[in-house]
Amino acid sequence: MDITNLTVHELQEKIKNKELSILDITKAYVERINEKEKEVKAFVTTTCDEAIEKAKKIEEKVESGELNSDFAGIPIGIKDNMCTKGVRTTCSSKMLENFVAPYNATVVEKLNDEGIISLGKLNMDEFAMGASTEYSYFKKTCNPWNLNAVPGGSSGGSAAAVAANLVPWALGSDTGGSIRQPASFCGVVGLKPTYGLVSRYGLVAFASSLDQIGPITKDVRDAAMLLNIIAGHDEKDTTSYDNPKKDYTKALKNDVKGLKIGIPKEYFGEGINEEVKKKLQEAIQIYKKLGAEVEEFSLDIAEYALATYYIIACAEASSNLGRFDGIRYGYRTENFSNLRELYRNSRSEGFGPEVKRRIILGTYVLSSGYYDAYYKKAQQVRTLVKKEFDKAFEKYDVLLTPTSPTVAFEIGTRSENPLEMYLADICTVSVNIAGLPGISVPCGVNSHNMPIGMQLIGNKFEEEKILNAAYTFEQEYKFRDKYKPTFSK
Amino acid sequence: MANVSKEELLHIAKLANLNIKEEELDNYLSNLQDILNFANVVSNANTEGLDETIGENDRVNVFRKDEIKVFEDNKALLMNAKEQDRNMFKIPKVIQ
Amino acid sequence: MANDYEMVIGLEVHSELSTKTKIFCSCSTEFGGEPNTHTCPICMAMPGTLPVLNEKVVEYAVKAGLATNCEISKDSKNDRKNYFYPDTPRAYQISQFDKPLCEHGYIEIEDDKGNPKKIGITRIHIEDDAGKLNHNEFGGGSLVDLNRAGVPLIEIVSEPDLRSSGEVDRYLKKLKSILEYIEVSDCKMQEGSFRADVNVSVRKRGAAKFGTRTEMKNMSSFKAITRAIEYEADRQIGVIEDGGKIEQETLRWDDVSGRTFSMRDKEDAQDYRYFPEPDLVAIRLSEEYIENIKKNLPEMPESRRERYINDFKLSEKDAKLLTASKYLSNMFEAAERLCGNAKSVANWLLSDISRILNEKELEPDGIPFKAEHLAKLVELIDKGTISSAIGKKVVEELFENPKNPEEIIKEKGWIQISDESAIKEVVEKVIAANPQSVVDYKAGKDRAIGFLVGQAMKETKGKANPQMLNKMFIEELKK
Repeated sequence: MDITNLTVHELQEKIKNKELSILDITKAYVERINEKEKEVKAFVTTTCDEAIEKAKKIEEKVESGELNSDFAGIPIGIKDNMCTKGVRTTCSSKMLENFVAPYNATVVEKLNDEGIISLGKLNMDEFAMGASTEYSYFKKTCNPWNLNAVPGGSSGGSAAAVAANLVPWALGSDTGGSIRQPASFCGVVGLKPTYGLVSRYGLVAFASSLDQIGPITKDVRDAAMLLNIIAGHDEKDTTSYDNPKKDYTKALKNDVKGLKIGIPKEYFGEGINEEVKKKLQEAIQIYKKLGAEVEEFSLDIAEYALATYYIIACAEASSNLGRFDGIRYGYRTENFSNLRELYRNSRSEGFGPEVKRRIILGTYVLSSGYYDAYYKKAQQVRTLVKKEFDKAFEKYDVLLTPTSPTVAFEIGTRSENPLEMYLADICTVSVNIAGLPGISVPCGVNSHNMPIGMQLIGNKFEEEKILNAAYTFEQEYKFRDKYKPTFSK
Repeated sequence: MANVSKEELLHIAKLANLNIKEEELDNYLSNLQDILNFANVVSNANTEGLDETIGENDRVNVFRKDEIKVFEDNKALLMNAKEQDRNMFKIPKVIQ
Repeated sequence: MANDYEMVIGLEVHSELSTKTKIFCSCSTEFGGEPNTHTCPICMAMPGTLPVLNEKVVEYAVKAGLATNCEISKDSKNDRKNYFYPDTPRAYQISQFDKPLCEHGYIEIEDDKGNPKKIGITRIHIEDDAGKLNHNEFGGGSLVDLNRAGVPLIEIVSEPDLRSSGEVDRYLKKLKSILEYIEVSDCKMQEGSFRADVNVSVRKRGAAKFGTRTEMKNMSSFKAITRAIEYEADRQIGVIEDGGKIEQETLRWDDVSGRTFSMRDKEDAQDYRYFPEPDLVAIRLSEEYIENIKKNLPEMPESRRERYINDFKLSEKDAKLLTASKYLSNMFEAAERLCGNAKSVANWLLSDISRILNEKELEPDGIPFKAEHLAKLVELIDKGTISSAIGKKVVEELFENPKNPEEIIKEKGWIQISDESAIKEVVEKVIAANPQSVVDYKAGKDRAIGFLVGQAMKETKGKANPQMLNKMFIEELKK
């Protein structure tokens, strides 16, 4: 039995049946990391020794009855933009290379409460700005399906680690597609919850009104389980909703009969790769076969949403990243003789080029004379996008689109052209703009055995609908049984 | 359509407290111009009568009680600072 | 100030609210404390932290708005004001830009001729205070202490309705007293919890347009503000008269040299890039919420003033002076309740006690003794245990060593001499020493009695009962 190939719900079964001990599981993952991490380069920081120690402690606690959790002893990987007390949180930036947060993010506290064991902090695009994880200051993560390809981004480390069985599941964050797109590139499941469902406290902010933490998992059931753990009101985050707790696994009915699926035709136009389109069409046929009511409709907002996204995200980022000034934490230049030089040189040396580019853009659109034309207008377009989605959800339960216009591209082929990179987010950003939940599930591979992802979008707080739709497809399609990452070059 | 000048870019960089080296100027300028040209599609959207979305949230009046909670781990608050002195962050001399 | 010019002054007053905790985190707002001990990841702007608004801050700001006749906004929000400075760890202040909590209010003051005048309040908004930069006397450089970072402030912006330094002084004192009355701010100027940015311009009398203004920031002394305004207006007139132009700029007032200085270096590239704070949700106040606060507002100075005039028969002037400070007014009421002599309590507060406060440059809350002490003093005089002259000495003593006046006069041996034989002895002694006054009195100069009483008081170090002295001198001289 390859322990690391099991899903979390399979691991739970084995623990329950005493086929596996908590320590067995953590040890298996540590071994797997030792074996495969050098190829994948998914981690910024591994905490293998600490994980083994913690596994022993949790085993004791479970035996003594002190800890009673279905997730006790399950390992996890955490994207390196969520604060962890005692373990550095770098955001894959030189700026935070040695930063150790004095507190835990709320989601990290929730994992700890369940007795979940962190194996380390996962690589990402610097400050979550990017779609390939190539903008990490530390390393370029490789896609387990083709080590020359990117894993997507910005949660590329999280998706690659799950795909490569380096962790059973992981937390990612999604501002414009940063969970769904890498999940799609790496052939795993990625869920971006409704804005406000999961606390952002302790997530290093990129764009406050768009950021949301979510699960990256091997299958849909694991995604529902991890969402059960992290969702919920947090008084430390005023934008988190105070909704009653749900058990999302109950939504997994393996039945889509009568489910109304809307297909926005603009998401299947030019610019979407033909093989991607083909696999999506096959998926649509499967839904029809399973009894869903599928209908094409027009949702002509993708371009507006993308432009709006870059204006709002960069504006908020330019402000959020002001605190990195070399004074209280973070990189401080050696080269300064006054305060202004301390600021400018620390920031210019500590941030990478993409982060600086976005800070410049964000500063520009907020600056006097341009605010109304860009930022204010974008906020209005945002309302427009939301209204269009509202209309769509009057008719449909879920919307179905590709997650990304393409499969994973080769490392180094896109990073030179920022605008081209931005266009890769065209399918995902409107979901963030409208604050909706979206999930990416694998729906096949292309002719080069590279995974293709399908995105299902739900109305606010209707995670159950997209989880069930994704689950039902997954049960029918059996992607994990058919395809495996090859670690080829 | 806004055409960004070098002077404007340098002004923006100053606001953002970033240096742009002479040799980087053209690259930054063309990237910024590209993205702005693209972002400009928002100006085509018909937003007449539409409010701005402020934040991504329908919640209102989320407040905290006025009760003191002491953050115990004071040391951890300063341990990331490159330079400190008597529990304060040290910076170059500032004339107030 | 040249007579054909007038000043135009607008004020932005920052007042720290007296909540227990900071505006966006649960740290204490207490003044002082070891550096960076009233801090947490939130007010230190650690990555990943988020603000949560303190409900009391909203309540206090609404109170301030209602007490200054403002309309309370039912739809309000917070905005980020972006700028880099080491005392502002987030690199943005969370303030309010286009939807402040309170707008369109006014405060009534007196103009220089004593006529009532309304000074418009443009707006009142909430925001967080900055930390403190300390000069490092040993290692060079400056040191950042963030204890004050996140202490809640209201900013009260006036219309440019003020026309003299006197009006400014009265406006500020009135505003301070209102904030104290409604108990939203301690207004401790020496701790910087009540401070003003002063915008000054001048124009020819009768001119319709305002002149270019200059701004002096963070002023926290009434005297300095008056001086600075006078200086700055004169300077501007001088520049204009010499054919020059006023530059819109921020100035620093130096109280030692009595001059303003340009701060141009701090001015470069100010563009605050305000935008709505995405980490906080909208503030939508209901009619009931506002009404409820309105109902529970404490009695305001005007109403107290009326009461003092009607119930205690105080003069309008005295009533006004007493109610200018809530502390003074509270002390007056407490002492009056204990001794029942409103006039006398008012007199002591407004004469000797105010004079000493002035000399010591203290605000009324700097009075070191209690209302009970003042009441006891009045009682002792009313009962004839001590004279008013001794009373003055007791007040001086109360400032140095606040305790029960009965103990003071006992310790100091200041109890009034009302023993007839003792008084007679003194009277005879004084008459013998001042034959000329006796002659004067007999020649019809009644004033001579006053002189003789004075001499007798001197002789007894103020302890003799003056009424008895008076009576006895007349008796003796008529013999």
